[in-house]
Amino acid sequence: MKIIVAIKQVPDREVPVRINAAGKWIEEADLQFAMNEPDAHALEEALQLKEKHGGEVVVLSAGPERVAITIREALAKGADRAIHIECDDLGQRDALGVAQLLAAAIRLESPDLVLTGLQSEDLGLGQTGVIVAELLGLPHATLILHVDKNESGIEVKRELEEGWFQNIQLPLPAVLTIQSGGNKLRYATLMGIKRAKTKELRRLAATDLGVASTPVVTLEQISLPQKQKSTQMIIGTPREAAATLVERLKTEVHVL
Amino acid sequence: MSGILVVMEQRGGRIAHISWEALAAAQRLGNSASITAVVMGAQTETLAAEVVARAPVKVLRMEHALLQPYTPDGYIAALQQLIQREEPSYVVFPHTYQVRDYAPALAARFGQVLMSDVTAISEGHLFTRQLMQGRLNGAYRKLGNGICFVSVQAGAFFADGGSSIATNVEFFTPTIDAAQIRTRPGEHYRAAAQTVDLGSAQMIVSVGRGIKSQENISIIQNLAMALGAEVAASRPICDAGWLPMERQVGSSGQTVAPKLYIAAGISGAIQHLVGMKGSQCIVAINKDPDAPIFEVADYGIVGDLMEIVPALTEAVKAAKH
Repeated sequence: MKIIVAIKQVPDREVPVRINAAGKWIEEADLQFAMNEPDAHALEEALQLKEKHGGEVVVLSAGPERVAITIREALAKGADRAIHIECDDLGQRDALGVAQLLAAAIRLESPDLVLTGLQSEDLGLGQTGVIVAELLGLPHATLILHVDKNESGIEVKRELEEGWFQNIQLPLPAVLTIQSGGNKLRYATLMGIKRAKTKELRRLAATDLGVASTPVVTLEQISLPQKQKSTQMIIGTPREAAATLVERLKTEVHVL
Repeated sequence: MSGILVVMEQRGGRIAHISWEALAAAQRLGNSASITAVVMGAQTETLAAEVVARAPVKVLRMEHALLQPYTPDGYIAALQQLIQREEPSYVVFPHTYQVRDYAPALAARFGQVLMSDVTAISEGHLFTRQLMQGRLNGAYRKLGNGICFVSVQAGAFFADGGSSIATNVEFFTPTIDAAQIRTRPGEHYRAAAQTVDLGSAQMIVSVGRGIKSQENISIIQNLAMALGAEVAASRPICDAGWLPMERQVGSSGQTVAPKLYIAAGISGAIQHLVGMKGSQCIVAINKDPDAPIFEVADYGIVGDLMEIVPALTEAVKAAKH
């Protein structure tokens, strides 16, 4: 089975964010970047499928030069090769524009299965996988926790709301978006990291993929959220803060 | 091209509450006379009656045997035909797992992008949605003249009780061929019987990524024990297996509304907030003063939960003596 895993490099969630001068995005100079966590689960699912059924895992990512670091990480974890769509203006593209780039690169590979995370930790749109499926004319399923291969294709476990699940049978090729937590992420081994350096990393220029759609949606401004409640911030040493809070819970909230 | 279609989702044979919120959002985009509520399925009579009884909008019953059970192929095919016929300016959806599954593809079929999980619609038609796990808000604008597809986050628009006037009910039968439906969905099931009912808990101490390791969970359990509270968690903690899935609060877990909800080391992504923001009193403990959890908190302590939680446990014990 040939599996393509589309991964995104996102700002590390531990690093504080600052709005840039134009108010349109965050100050990237402050940031560290990491592999989008749901995409890491998609990669893990692909690696496990390969271990069971053989085949090849190809990692695909779009973005500027720095994305290569995240791609190497995926190769170190066990992906066989990678495709980097070089593109410095990812932020100017809308979800359809990004999906068009990915779909164009996927078409060149004719995979049996395309996996990606259910959403990104930065924009959180949760649309890329579904639009890629539409553009490729492939069946899809979202919020998938587990994939089993069988004779007529794959059976997947889909998460529904409020603790419910559903199994779905799909023919191949297909596109799946993977939910976090369905599998346990592996670490890259030293050997893996060493091998990653020699694995094929093909670079494609976004302009060569022949897609340049005009955005239909634009992110015009970003801002800090406004408080929905007036929060009493309690200060002091941990002991003092704890004592103050307990006092409030007694006298104002009446729960103690 | 004019008018607003609102795709009403059902749950357990009734209109889901979030669908009424989508209808409320639609009323920010146009007056009730321009709104058509779409109910879809193999049979839609009771759903249509529910809308007629509550909302002064047109109702459109889209019925086809292949719309039950839900499949993305069936829904996309049916809604594509309806949208082509109606040529609306807007199509509004409740932001549910089901909508996430098909609406992005439906919008793409029209060369459009879904404005997803919108929390506010402001003058000049700017659509607000959260970015960076709730740490920032983004204001999105639709460009060009195409149809605007919008999905509405749970709890963002107030659905009033409403009263209805004589409503116009229409039928639409889409053409769907069984061969178009490529996926075979199975029955819905639960992993195991839920033994923890967080929904009825008076007090909850909930833990998130800030706890760092499984061994540290005990400090949360100690605080819960001192308070007589239930222990709960955000998704990553349950994903890691540090606490069982049935203790998860949020869109994929339980929805709770206790008298006291202590969120320790939980940043407050929207998926968690939708499950707990109805709590009467929310206490947030987090090392990041900009964590979105503080936006919904009544009391906040900025600091290391490894120090604050044990101190709080001692203070609670002392207060109870």
